[in-house]
Amino acid sequence: MPYPALLVDITIFVLSLWVGFEVISKVPATLHTPLMSAANSIHGIVLAGAMLIAVTANNAIGYVIAFLAAALAAANVVGGYAVTGRMLKMFRKRPAVAAAGEPAAVSAPANAARPGSSAVAANGSSSKGRPA
Amino acid sequence: MSTFDWIIQLIYVLAASCFVLGLHLMNTPATARRGNQVSTAGMATAIAATLAIVIHGNQITATGWVVMLAGALVGGAAGLYSARRIQMTAMPQLVSMFNAVGGGAAALVGLHDYMRAGTSVSATMSVTTLLDVIIGGVTFSGSLIAAGKLQGVITSAPVTFPGARLVNSVLAVIAVGFGAYLIASPGAALLAVVIVASLIFGVSMVMPIGGADMPVVISLLNAFTGTAVAMAGFVIGNWAMIIAGALVGASGGILTKLMADAMNRSIPNIIVGGFGTGDAVAAVAGPGGSVHSIAADDAAIQLAYAAKVIIVPGYGLAAAQAQHEVATLAEVLESRGVEVSYAIHPVAGRMPGHMNVLLAEANVPYPQLKEMDEINPEFARADVALVIGANDVTNPAARRPGTAISGMPILNVDQAKSIIVIKRSMGHGYAGIDNELYVNPKTSMYFADAKKALAEMASAVKTLVG
Repeated sequence: MPYPALLVDITIFVLSLWVGFEVISKVPATLHTPLMSAANSIHGIVLAGAMLIAVTANNAIGYVIAFLAAALAAANVVGGYAVTGRMLKMFRKRPAVAAAGEPAAVSAPANAARPGSSAVAANGSSSKGRPA
Repeated sequence: MSTFDWIIQLIYVLAASCFVLGLHLMNTPATARRGNQVSTAGMATAIAATLAIVIHGNQITATGWVVMLAGALVGGAAGLYSARRIQMTAMPQLVSMFNAVGGGAAALVGLHDYMRAGTSVSATMSVTTLLDVIIGGVTFSGSLIAAGKLQGVITSAPVTFPGARLVNSVLAVIAVGFGAYLIASPGAALLAVVIVASLIFGVSMVMPIGGADMPVVISLLNAFTGTAVAMAGFVIGNWAMIIAGALVGASGGILTKLMADAMNRSIPNIIVGGFGTGDAVAAVAGPGGSVHSIAADDAAIQLAYAAKVIIVPGYGLAAAQAQHEVATLAEVLESRGVEVSYAIHPVAGRMPGHMNVLLAEANVPYPQLKEMDEINPEFARADVALVIGANDVTNPAARRPGTAISGMPILNVDQAKSIIVIKRSMGHGYAGIDNELYVNPKTSMYFADAKKALAEMASAVKTLVG
């Protein structure tokens, strides 16, 4: 029996809300900032919508809207995942001197060649070199 | 439904599963990174599937391709740049900016589809589009204001003017009233009026909210963005957007509730606003006479000879950017065999869980970061509780009825054998009341900037007993 599209959409929406409540209420407070950042990246799915409106755009206003939507959504999705990854990388179980000392030393030359990633690595290693 | 559509829908289901699994893996810090990778993979799959739709449909114009790719490149580069360069203390601003762009993009998607449909708009489409542009518009401008306040571009003090509530009500009436009219008689011009009213409403909603309430506001705007994206999914009939939007809406909703509870405020109370003054702590004279102040050397000796120290970091620690100094002091103490842990109140910092990120950045291992319920029973066994820039969340007055913070969950700092408080002055927290902890006979006050005080204590421990 075919259901009206709206009914299917509402069903999906409501069930997803419940799944969200279930999954997220188990996340510890320690991770709430990365969680929010991760949720932020997930709503970057709006990029899919921005891509689809670029298909139907056929006049100047349409193109401007499609461009803006694509730019905003791409900033959302790319930036969101990158910054979440960067944050989670800092969460360590043991003091960094023991945990990250060796791998950081090994990868340091490789990072130096890439300006972007060395900035990220520097965050992890700057305070490690501090006198204990 | 063609085979192609079948495959695309199944891929979207796969992507949505990755989002749920990714969030599930954030249950523990140990698996959280993998969670983010799973979620990223899901997103890449969903975007690839959407690209396949675009190519398969073969309707896109050359200009459409240019516009789409150029937009994605410009936005992607900007997002990546800010994600790499942002300081961890500025994380709330960045999250707020991502809320803004997500909400803005969702509103634009709805607007475009509505304009294209012309006058042949169904009531269903009108309703979903309206919800999309109203929520998206409010999120866009509201998040920009929130980010501006957090960055200090806009004053973080509550901004109100006479008749502010009237203006808000008028705006809400315009948005809802014109919206209702739109359902009966569709038209893009009227939709534009609704969008403008929503944008102004976003500004006037966040302006009166003070800096200290930002954890709640950011969470709420996060929930709004998710909902706006889900509504955009309704408009264009994309399930991946509906599911992802609903997940984010749920996440933002839960965090908003948690934050509001931890601040002893109701969500409407915060939104009506004009209360959280956060930064603007007036240096009011405290309950004089009985406050006992202490020098760095004495504090260092107390800490060095303790068996168990609990550090209570608050907003003042983040404001002074002293997270590295506190980590250094803790390392020095640990090297002497002192058991050190951190008690993190849910609203420490400027967004949910912000303090944990700041301490993680300073290389504090996450097993030392204890949540309120976990650490509270341990205060009684602690020799020293070191309170750094935390105020209301340590005030025992919350346990009695009849004060501004009655009922607010607090850290049981007063149960420690002795207490050292690092603070710049006897100023009040944002609740504006005296902290009874400071006049407790067990408490010693160290009046200084947190960064300087912690550095002095660490070097004093080393020179005196090292």
